[in-house]
Amino acid sequence: MAHHHNTSVNLDEKFVFSAEIKKKLFILIGAGVILTIIGILLAMSTEHSGHGASHHASEVTSTLVADAHGDHAHADVTSHGEEAHASHGEEHKPVWALRLIKNLWHNNIFFAGISILGVFFVAFNYVAWAGWSAGIKRVPSAFGNYLWVAAPLTVILFVVFGHDLFHWTHADLYVEGSDHYDELLVGKQAFLNVPGFIIRTVIYFASWIFCWSKLRSFAKNEDIDGDTKWWHKSVVTSAFFLIIFGITSSMCAWDWAMSMDPHFFSTMFGWYVFASWFVTALAFITLIVVILKENGYLGIINENHLHDLGKFIFAFSIFWTYIWFEQFLLIYYANIPEEVGYFVQRLKSDAYTPIFFLTLFLNFFFPFLVLMTRGSKRLGIMLKIVCVVVILGHWFDFYMMTTPPVLGQNGGLDGIFFFMELGLGMVFVGVFLFMVLTALAKLNLIAKNHPMIQESIHHDVF
Amino acid sequence: MEKGKNFVFGVYDEETVLMSAVDQIRSKGVKIHEVYTPYPVHGLDNALGYKYSNLPIAGFLFGICGTITALTMMIWMMGFDWPMDIGGKPYIPLPAFIPITFELTVLFCALGMTGTFFVASNLNPWSTPDMFDPRTTDDKFVIAFDLASNKKDSAELSSILSESGASEISTKSIAN
Repeated sequence: MAHHHNTSVNLDEKFVFSAEIKKKLFILIGAGVILTIIGILLAMSTEHSGHGASHHASEVTSTLVADAHGDHAHADVTSHGEEAHASHGEEHKPVWALRLIKNLWHNNIFFAGISILGVFFVAFNYVAWAGWSAGIKRVPSAFGNYLWVAAPLTVILFVVFGHDLFHWTHADLYVEGSDHYDELLVGKQAFLNVPGFIIRTVIYFASWIFCWSKLRSFAKNEDIDGDTKWWHKSVVTSAFFLIIFGITSSMCAWDWAMSMDPHFFSTMFGWYVFASWFVTALAFITLIVVILKENGYLGIINENHLHDLGKFIFAFSIFWTYIWFEQFLLIYYANIPEEVGYFVQRLKSDAYTPIFFLTLFLNFFFPFLVLMTRGSKRLGIMLKIVCVVVILGHWFDFYMMTTPPVLGQNGGLDGIFFFMELGLGMVFVGVFLFMVLTALAKLNLIAKNHPMIQESIHHDVF
Repeated sequence: MEKGKNFVFGVYDEETVLMSAVDQIRSKGVKIHEVYTPYPVHGLDNALGYKYSNLPIAGFLFGICGTITALTMMIWMMGFDWPMDIGGKPYIPLPAFIPITFELTVLFCALGMTGTFFVASNLNPWSTPDMFDPRTTDDKFVIAFDLASNKKDSAELSSILSESGASEISTKSIAN
């Protein structure tokens, strides 16, 4: 039959990370750096002309939150932006610097997550004995290589800029009698403390890199001798990784994102961050597979594999929306001040509210409507459009998580928007792709000795 | 010739013979009424040239009905028939309606699609499925021709069946 692919296809493909592709990536990174510098200069110039604006904005937050809580004791619950940092007797960083630091952290956790979620994709496909994905497994498995960048960057950013990013790192919050004494944070101190944060972060990355390296070395051995024992070992390592990841994926979300709003807590936050990372990782996997296919690689991959990847993006976009909305619904219903502040800040702001609803459009309505039909899931161009939109949408989702705690009510935007944000985003995309493609070129592009590679070649979705 | 619908059918022993028989018969321009198999045969729907099902469209329409039912019901109940103050929320709190709207959309969609599928594929409770040979529920395969929809006569169709590898050939009439 026409759609049954020839079994005599070459499985011995190797991806060549050519100088041309490298050049393109360096141009992307270079353009990102230039945009970031333009953004910084623009932000500096507007800040000098209208200095009072940001302070005014913080006061607005305080009033707003106080109104929402009906309780002035909580007035500064969510307004520890520039105002709070300034009042800790430290050097008052200008808004553009805070904005730069925030953007570094925002992109750092976003791409760290995508990287480990690629490994997660490989792991659950091993544990599920999935055959269809055998032909594309090397793509997500290469994502883990970026962990080598993410791990040191996360620790360094926390150690250097911890006070700007994390309100709870300030020592005087825990001194009884001090102006900033915070009973709620004292209660959380057993978990939220600087050494604890660093130790946990190191454990997350160490366990992830350990499992990823194991899976990579098994894959390499499988390519060399074709023994099925490497597949069995991969299944066991994947199962072990999934247990670890079940815990660490939620915990790192509490540490890296939720604790930026240290008074806020949501039992769904770990899943929310996971869902956002996962959809983005799926979009990156699909995008890379489609582009490789267009450039003559991955001969055994056809529209049936794309169909399944499309279903993954479609399904997990709905999953993300479900978590995103349920988290809001529970908080809306229960109306507890510490929780509600998070949404008051995001839904009563000129800077954030449009982005808040933009994420819903980009991450739900767009993929939902475009990928609903069978035909569009099997069409490379449709998938490429949806992938780019979804990646951008979830990048905005992380923007929404990380910006208000650091920059207060107006996001430090003051009318000029996004040069710095987009520029740094491009730099991170460039570095991420550089690391991924480097790893992709190291092993065979197709797992030629995978015991289920024939099933993948004959994969057929009606 | 008897009243009702008249069929010629061939019995096949092997899936591979059946698959090549389907290709061979269709290439001769003979219209196949139906193929009966003891288990789902991968690729058979493509070989028979079936078009992609319209069931998803039915599903979409049923889903929309569910959405409208849920929203109308809750807005009427909570907003007009018996308004209640729950935690100071508005009388029509849309966020709180979303889970139930979702549930009813899925429920209507699932039940509607199941019902449509049963009716469309003649599996509804009041239908009598055509049974050409009881062994198609065990280990045999059957290809059946409806005489009314083919120009060829019974003898020609029988020879086409035997050429394609059928192990037994017979005829059957089903009352309308």
